[in-house]
Amino acid sequence: MKRVIPFIAVLCLSASTWAVQPDERLNDPAKEQRAREVSKALRCVVCQNETIDDSSAELARDMRILVRDRITAGDSNEQVLAYMVQRYGDFVLLKPRMTTETLVLWFGPLLVLVIGALMAVRRLRKPAGIAPTALSEAETQELKSMTNREPQP
Amino acid sequence: MNTTTPKPSRLPFLIPLLVIAVLVGIFGKRLLDVSQGADPHLLPSVLLNTPLPEFNLAALPGREPGLITAELNGEVSLVNVWGSWCVACLAEHPFLMELKKNNAVAIHGIAWRDSPEASLQWLAKNGDPYTRIGQDPRSVAAIALGVTGAPETFVVDKMGVIRYKQIGPVTPEVWQTTLAPLIAQLNK
Amino acid sequence: MIIELGHFALALALLVALVQSTMPLLGAARGNAAWMAMAEPAALTQFLLCALAFGALMHAYIVSDFSVIGVAENSHTAKPLLYKISGVWGNHEGSMVLWVLVLSLFGAAVAAFGGNLPPTLKARTLAIQAMIGVGFIAFILFTSNPFLRLDPAPAQGNGLNPLLQDPGLAFHPPMLYLGYVGFSVAFSFAVAALIEGRVDSTWARWVRPWALAAWTCLTFGIGLGSWWAYYELGWGGWWFWDPVENASFIPWLTGTALLHSAIVVERREALKSWTILLAIITFSLSLLGTFLVRSGILTSVHAFAADPTRGVFVLILLAAAIGGSFTLYAIRAPAMDGGGVFAPVSREGGLLINNLLLTTSAATVLLGTLYPLIADALQLGKLSVGAPYFNAVFVPLMTPLIVLAGIGPFLAWKRADLAGALQRLKVAAGLTVVVLIATWVGNGGDLISLAAGGGMALAAWLAASTISEWVMRVSGEQGLSWQRMSNLPRSAYGMTLAHLGMAVLIVGVTGASAWKQESVESLKPGEHTDLVGYRFTFEGARQVQGPNYSAIEGRYTVTRDGKTIATLSPQKRNFSQPPQQTTEAAIHTTFVSDLYVVIGDMDGDEGAFVTRIYYEPFVPCLWYGVLLMAFGGLVSLSDRRHRIGAARRAIATAPQAAE
Repeated sequence: MKRVIPFIAVLCLSASTWAVQPDERLNDPAKEQRAREVSKALRCVVCQNETIDDSSAELARDMRILVRDRITAGDSNEQVLAYMVQRYGDFVLLKPRMTTETLVLWFGPLLVLVIGALMAVRRLRKPAGIAPTALSEAETQELKSMTNREPQP
Repeated sequence: MNTTTPKPSRLPFLIPLLVIAVLVGIFGKRLLDVSQGADPHLLPSVLLNTPLPEFNLAALPGREPGLITAELNGEVSLVNVWGSWCVACLAEHPFLMELKKNNAVAIHGIAWRDSPEASLQWLAKNGDPYTRIGQDPRSVAAIALGVTGAPETFVVDKMGVIRYKQIGPVTPEVWQTTLAPLIAQLNK
Repeated sequence: MIIELGHFALALALLVALVQSTMPLLGAARGNAAWMAMAEPAALTQFLLCALAFGALMHAYIVSDFSVIGVAENSHTAKPLLYKISGVWGNHEGSMVLWVLVLSLFGAAVAAFGGNLPPTLKARTLAIQAMIGVGFIAFILFTSNPFLRLDPAPAQGNGLNPLLQDPGLAFHPPMLYLGYVGFSVAFSFAVAALIEGRVDSTWARWVRPWALAAWTCLTFGIGLGSWWAYYELGWGGWWFWDPVENASFIPWLTGTALLHSAIVVERREALKSWTILLAIITFSLSLLGTFLVRSGILTSVHAFAADPTRGVFVLILLAAAIGGSFTLYAIRAPAMDGGGVFAPVSREGGLLINNLLLTTSAATVLLGTLYPLIADALQLGKLSVGAPYFNAVFVPLMTPLIVLAGIGPFLAWKRADLAGALQRLKVAAGLTVVVLIATWVGNGGDLISLAAGGGMALAAWLAASTISEWVMRVSGEQGLSWQRMSNLPRSAYGMTLAHLGMAVLIVGVTGASAWKQESVESLKPGEHTDLVGYRFTFEGARQVQGPNYSAIEGRYTVTRDGKTIATLSPQKRNFSQPPQQTTEAAIHTTFVSDLYVVIGDMDGDEGAFVTRIYYEPFVPCLWYGVLLMAFGGLVSLSDRRHRIGAARRAIATAPQAAE
């Protein structure tokens, strides 16, 4: 009996063509540069977490070519991205746009930082829950034995 | 130094518990969805209820007609994206043939990332259920349709608007539970 | 037969872990010394049994016993021995056995080296450690059994994914597990302390070496993984913000915070409940990572096969372990705070901000990693969160952290003189400004080179201030003093090295991001292409045969100003079992930058090959930085104060369980 064992790593990392091929490139270096920027912002939809610029998947290659076609046709970078979003949804963007759905994503870190800072300030303001008390006899002894054992730096 | 301080609030100490409770809830829901058959890898189409994108795909040599968006208007149809390289398409194919035989619905094909020879050979061997077939060797139509894999099948209404996208093979079960009722409704 | 013995050993290990997780706890609660004393032999036995199970499994892989399902699915007789061994953890079931082996190893180490721990604390720590063991051994036995047989046995196995047949990756998982499973000890100590209701400086001294050991392994493991991705995946990237990478990076961030906050507990008995929380969080994030990778809930290039049953099991474990410890935390921790009072500007204050920034970074990476999943679950739509997001939010958090890391060591405990500290940092500050301007102007004065200048300036700041601090500490009245150098504790050297490593790492990150160059050309034999002053001439390609693959090997001569610098031979390998292609990049390193050549497909019929060449400036600094940091961890670990078991709390003061 043969069971299927998908150790997924293979899927996208394994094809024979690698990322941008010489025949895909545009002659105009400025446009090619723009195409690279756009490609790096687009996710390869059949891969996991890869840009179409890095991807070896054939669909990614066709998407790279399409990006270049549209740039050649006079689209701005944003228009090309919008074209892809219209077809594949926000899923295709590696950097999510700021929308109500992504507010938490974009402002979450700031929120955590502010809450953390407020708690830290509170900690500094008041000398904490239990005031330090004098050492007990046992602790004093312990301290002594420890300082005896350790070399003074 | 002895300062009396108010009893510290317990609230901050509950935050970690709250966070993990929410996370476990979300993970649990996700696992439940997955175990009930939802596939997190599937990308639902954002093109539902929008007109089929404009394209004009060449016919396979000697097998007219090709696929032109405007010509699909007037009847409810299926647009099936397939390729001779695609194993799942082969599995799906006999059922498409059956639909054709029963005249259930017009089926059009997009031969995706394929050579015309391979497409024709495949059709000769497995049968040809399609009314129109357009070649899409460079994924122009596929990307315009937001396709991520084959087979994918779109239900297009009389006005040329996409009403449904089936990701993966059209099986008898999918047909009975989803496609047939939808098509019947669209035909009204 | 051997494989059944392994299965039996693991089942026994479960029983032992069950005993170890209950009797010592009861003993500690009731003051029954005999029950508490059971923890130690149990921990050692559990480890031996897990080692036996692991050994049996490894034996099956080495002798290619295809009657074992896992071996048949993941191994092949033609595989080199190293990859037969690494094949053990190249799949879900086997890697879980490695996971519990590492877990029980740490338990056994606590039993063996914790001779001077108070008996109750030791008993409780080992019991908690065993509870984790119970959960995961049960997980293996009931959902992911690697000892199952196949009947009839196939004549040959399916082979291991060729991408994983690589020395870098072979040792990457064990190192990573030593890291994040290693944090289980800090977790167990923290939960035990919550049960006891007492945390003090001695507790921090007991925990810190374990956390340090785990951190060192994790640092090295993450570096190893990054190095593997760099040379094996064939496009010269070294960090992808992939969910599975993040799963190991998030505990690293909180683990780093833990190392710093534990110093505050050790020296000043402040931030106690926070440190406990960090210890719990760090291991919880390791558990979370394990769950994410194995449940199929997140999609990732590294993910193991998705299986909802396993997912549910791990989720229950996760909820029990993390939920349980957080509940205990909510009950016990409020009474625990207190300890040393300190001013905002003080060493404690600096470490507090360090913790704030590191924890926020960890939360940010976690948020970005989980957001697609959360959004999907809440029906907010499908979206992706990739490298551009992480870079955008991570850099602003790291920048103040690095600035602070330069100042912090100059601040005195309790109340520090900021002006005085800054006074001592004048040289470092001057150097930073020089580096900033030189890098910026020297590279064209545009926006990108300003960003590059900022990165290099940060590195210069951290390196210069770290060295200044060391110089200050070892200077006597007559300049540098050998006496002081040798008296300076090893932990101080550890910090210096780790901070320097961070500085070197930043150089690598900045350089590789700012100045990477790329050339993609189709080259016929004899043709050449130029990149950043180097000329790469394609001499031709030939077919070569490996042990379990055949390959096309290109030969490229690299020259500069007519002088030959290197000959590079990248390969494109074709494996047949399983059928797959991999690229082997050829890398020439100048020890500051790399020249990275990949051979692609044949192009046309005149012997031309698509050739991809990357100039990777400062990438070697990434590896030096990681090695320096890990070395710093080791040096600090060798400090006699940190030596495991060095701390001793008078037995008489060992508290009873808090009421």
